[in-house]
Amino acid sequence: MLEGLWRYRSFISSMVRREFQARYLGSALGAAWSVLNPAAMIFIYTVVFGQVMRSRLPGVDDGTSYGIFLCAGLLPWTMFTETLQRCTSVFVDQGNLLKKMTFPRASLPVIVVLSSLVHFAIIFGLLLVVMLLLGRFPGASLLGFVPLLVLQQTIAVGLGVALGVLNVFFRDVGHVVGILVQFWFWFTPIIYPLTILPGVARTLVAFNPMTALVDGYQGILLFGRWPDWIMYLPHVVLAVLALIVGRRVFRRLAGEMTDFL
Amino acid sequence: MGQIVASGLGKMYRVYRRSRDQLLEWMSRSGRVLHRAEWALRDVSFEVREGESVGIIGMNGAGKSTLLRIFSGTTLPTEGTFEVQGRVAALLELGLGIHPEFDGWQNAALACRLLGVEEAEIARILPWVQEFSELGAHMDQPVRTYSTGMQVRLAFSAATAVRPDVLMVDEALSVGDAYFQHKSMSRIRQFREKGTTLLFVTHDPGAVKSLCDRALLLESGRLVLDDRPDTVFDYYNARIAQREKDAAIEQHKDAEGRSVTRSGSREAEIASVVIEDGAGQPARLFRVGSPATVRCRFELHEDMEVPTVGFVLRDRFGADVFGSNTFHLDISSTRGRAGDSFEVEFKTSADLGPGTYSVSVALHRSHAHVDSNYDWWDRAALLEVVSGDRASFTGVAALPIEASVKRTASEG
Repeated sequence: MLEGLWRYRSFISSMVRREFQARYLGSALGAAWSVLNPAAMIFIYTVVFGQVMRSRLPGVDDGTSYGIFLCAGLLPWTMFTETLQRCTSVFVDQGNLLKKMTFPRASLPVIVVLSSLVHFAIIFGLLLVVMLLLGRFPGASLLGFVPLLVLQQTIAVGLGVALGVLNVFFRDVGHVVGILVQFWFWFTPIIYPLTILPGVARTLVAFNPMTALVDGYQGILLFGRWPDWIMYLPHVVLAVLALIVGRRVFRRLAGEMTDFL
Repeated sequence: MGQIVASGLGKMYRVYRRSRDQLLEWMSRSGRVLHRAEWALRDVSFEVREGESVGIIGMNGAGKSTLLRIFSGTTLPTEGTFEVQGRVAALLELGLGIHPEFDGWQNAALACRLLGVEEAEIARILPWVQEFSELGAHMDQPVRTYSTGMQVRLAFSAATAVRPDVLMVDEALSVGDAYFQHKSMSRIRQFREKGTTLLFVTHDPGAVKSLCDRALLLESGRLVLDDRPDTVFDYYNARIAQREKDAAIEQHKDAEGRSVTRSGSREAEIASVVIEDGAGQPARLFRVGSPATVRCRFELHEDMEVPTVGFVLRDRFGADVFGSNTFHLDISSTRGRAGDSFEVEFKTSADLGPGTYSVSVALHRSHAHVDSNYDWWDRAALLEVVSGDRASFTGVAALPIEASVKRTASEG
């Protein structure tokens, strides 16, 4: 599978490039939209929740901190759900291509992952520039993002590929994922800190694998604190599991996909 | 390079009544079966040598396209094995299908990458794609703005920019205009001469005859004949005529399953309409200019003046091409009695352009069916005209034609 993908690397890279262009093709502001969209969301959340949450953030109490707290969770979360949801729909969306051309089917999720990574990198880069200007650059602990993001994206791809293949056979899967992601967002401490939750809810939300990841991101950006690696052992297991499941479902059913597109 | 081997190929599609049934079947531990197995292809074995060009013919749903899809790797066979050697270019359906928002250049470049063309070569062939497809400035527009013909031109040009070892064409070309069809055909011929193996799926036996060394006839997913194009062509013709005869008994469906309109007072009724070739055999395919006979049997249900019998030939757009009747042909009428049967024969020849034509037959009094219409049978029979030995031409009428050129002035 990997050699196949490697042989088609020029196809994959140009698809990623084209997809980025296509996203903003025909709009006057072009790539600026990739920043304006999340910026609007961050602005709204900061205004709406900033006042309420400020005093409740442990250890800090100014408005900027809430903004950073929010971005730390929201940007990786956006990449996570974008990967998950686009992997879920990618085989159906590209049905035409699958029916007409022969190429490693696994290139499609790879294109999705790379596209959302590019998107994330742009916004995250901008965030870092802003933080640098504010004098709040987190320093070396920023490197802690890398392993956490790898874990997060591995889970997203493994799960997304399995769901994406199933979605070809049962289109309901895509709808279910859409709803699930909405719930998942509110059950993850992204716009609120875990500490404001009452006891039972807190234990529940703590079981959500995204909670520990988001907590790690927030720790790095707010306090320059390295993640507590032991916390992420379950995520390693989960990521490996997701990959195995994704691979198995893909292996078993990918060949039959075109018959249902 | 370019060799194809298929042995025992079969493709089954599971057909579920509701999509819920599929889920239930998957969940079921006891192995409950809720689908109907439909074999699009079964037990197909053959070999194609390097450089051979093979036509695959058969009616709709015979499994032709499924076979190409398996060879091109877009779908997996349910049973059997196959091997295709070398670089394959397949034109399976309309267009490239890559990205409607991308422009022609990007789509063409991506298609070339998918076909395994080297990066350095792509830059070299893109201008050629623009030239061959004759898309000109349209290449800068997103493909979604293209007409189907333009999409076919782009897809064909991109897929054939570099000579493949195996070229598979699935009727995709029949959508383009006649000019591009000819252009692409001569491109395919060039490849063939240079040793590309060709698999060509079509409904048009004429194309197979002119392009292929060999033809395979598929019927309901099975390979029924593998022989020279002429032999397969004749067999196919006979099979279609047979089907038409069966259809005539049903009377309300034609060979393609389209409903047939019939109207009239039925004091006299058409019993059958058959088109025959020069040898008097029921036929459906005619070469341009070959003899054809429309034979119509009818019966009287009352004592009456024997009605006028007329027919009209229409092209696929429903436009009248030619019509005549016994009144205009000065056949004097006699009295007939209830229960009498008659047979009328219109002898003519298929001086028509290649294409599909329908024959409608009517029984009526005196010169036109508006007068007193006994029986009117729309699309009672179909015929297909394919290019024969005549020089190719355009239009529906095969007029006699001769040309000569003479020099009228000379320089120096």
